[in-house]
Amino acid sequence: MDGESPKPAARSGYGLELRGVSKAYGPAYALRSVNLAAPWGATLALFGHNGAGKSTLLRIAAVLAKPGEGEVVAAGFALPAQAANARAATGYVGHRNMLYPDLTPQENLRFYARLHGLPDGERRAADVLRDAGAERWAGRRVRALSNGMQKRVAVARALLHRPALLLLDEPDAGLDAQGKAFLYSVVRAVAEGGGAVVFATHDVERGLAAADRYAVLRGGRVAAEGNAADADAAQIALAAAAPESAA
Amino acid sequence: MRAGLRAALAVYAKDVRIEARTRETLGATLAFAFVAAFIFTFAFDPSPRTLAVVGPGIVWVAYVFTAMLGMNRTFLLEVERGTLDGLRLAPAPPEAVYFGKFLGLLTLLTAAEALLAPVFLILYGLSLLNVWFAAVAFAATIGIAAVGALLSAIAANARAREALLPLLFIPLSLPLLIGAVSGTAAALDGEGWSGAGRWLQLILAFDAALIVVSSWAFEFTLEE
Repeated sequence: MDGESPKPAARSGYGLELRGVSKAYGPAYALRSVNLAAPWGATLALFGHNGAGKSTLLRIAAVLAKPGEGEVVAAGFALPAQAANARAATGYVGHRNMLYPDLTPQENLRFYARLHGLPDGERRAADVLRDAGAERWAGRRVRALSNGMQKRVAVARALLHRPALLLLDEPDAGLDAQGKAFLYSVVRAVAEGGGAVVFATHDVERGLAAADRYAVLRGGRVAAEGNAADADAAQIALAAAAPESAA
Repeated sequence: MRAGLRAALAVYAKDVRIEARTRETLGATLAFAFVAAFIFTFAFDPSPRTLAVVGPGIVWVAYVFTAMLGMNRTFLLEVERGTLDGLRLAPAPPEAVYFGKFLGLLTLLTAAEALLAPVFLILYGLSLLNVWFAAVAFAATIGIAAVGALLSAIAANARAREALLPLLFIPLSLPLLIGAVSGTAAALDGEGWSGAGRWLQLILAFDAALIVVSSWAFEFTLEE
């Protein structure tokens, strides 16, 4: 697997597609019969209370977890058969930053570039750090950076290999206004470049403003979905706030 | 193949860089091994005759303690830092991560063993400056690192990892440890190919088997 995002042989209409996906941890279902699709060239915002299944859904899409049932096509590649291709075409930012605290942002990104087999890793690492506004502290150890700075570097890491599908799990947590503006500009840029973005957030208004489509998860099920432009933020906030046991 | 090799070297270089910067694992393993070696000085009078019998055992008890602490931290640090997901997200084959970690652990253990050698000379007058001993020790360390990298990944996500690691490591590496202790005894007795060499062949055969099986099984340890 050399270089950047591989292109699927026949690009389907969706950057991410889940059909009947369920996932249980012991007796408790994190996801139950989820059908969801994120089109290419668009952004999908996921809303839901803590434990609604947003993180599990994103981890399955990022090939970090296996679904118990159902089919997943990530970045045009069927999982798990084409997992390596899907990984190469997917960028993921989770709750943790996946950065080595004793390396600098630049060293971290160079390492991930080599891990992804990027031929222009050195230059690419410098480019994404500059775009993230992180070049000023690119030479400082990650452990010396604030949470917000680390989050920017984490986003830069996810963009390193020019992913076609970008998955972001509450990426705005811990970011200041400037950081959020950067983050949502990245989200828009990836979608406008023809990619697909799926992000989970608790900030309904900001999420709707950045998204083309939205879905609300409740107790592991899709409780509502639609076009972001037509959505009622207050109703979504209410639906996303009400927990429900899926077990 | 080349992409996998590059990824393995990237993981290895990253681990060496972090260890060179922090000396976190090397410091902890050396302190632990030194205490283990030191305690034996109270147990017996280190006369040449006694040393000929128990010397190889003392050396390998200290080395195995070093190894267990070193292997425990190989993947534990990735889990604690939250960077294990970063490795799992890469399109590189899982074996690449395994071989990177294996080489990192091998380097760490070899460095720790070399730094411990003067301790045995000071405490027991036991000189390990012996080509056959070096060959036996390095070959055994290859096997220990091979199985250690795998077990570290298994134990890192387990609850009772401190108990699990020795429980898995000792039975799996028993033939290797028997070969290491016996090979060391032969080497320190001045036996060459006929003594230490025989054990060296056995150890190398186990090394090959452990590397093949561990690299194959490693993929399953990364699954959630």
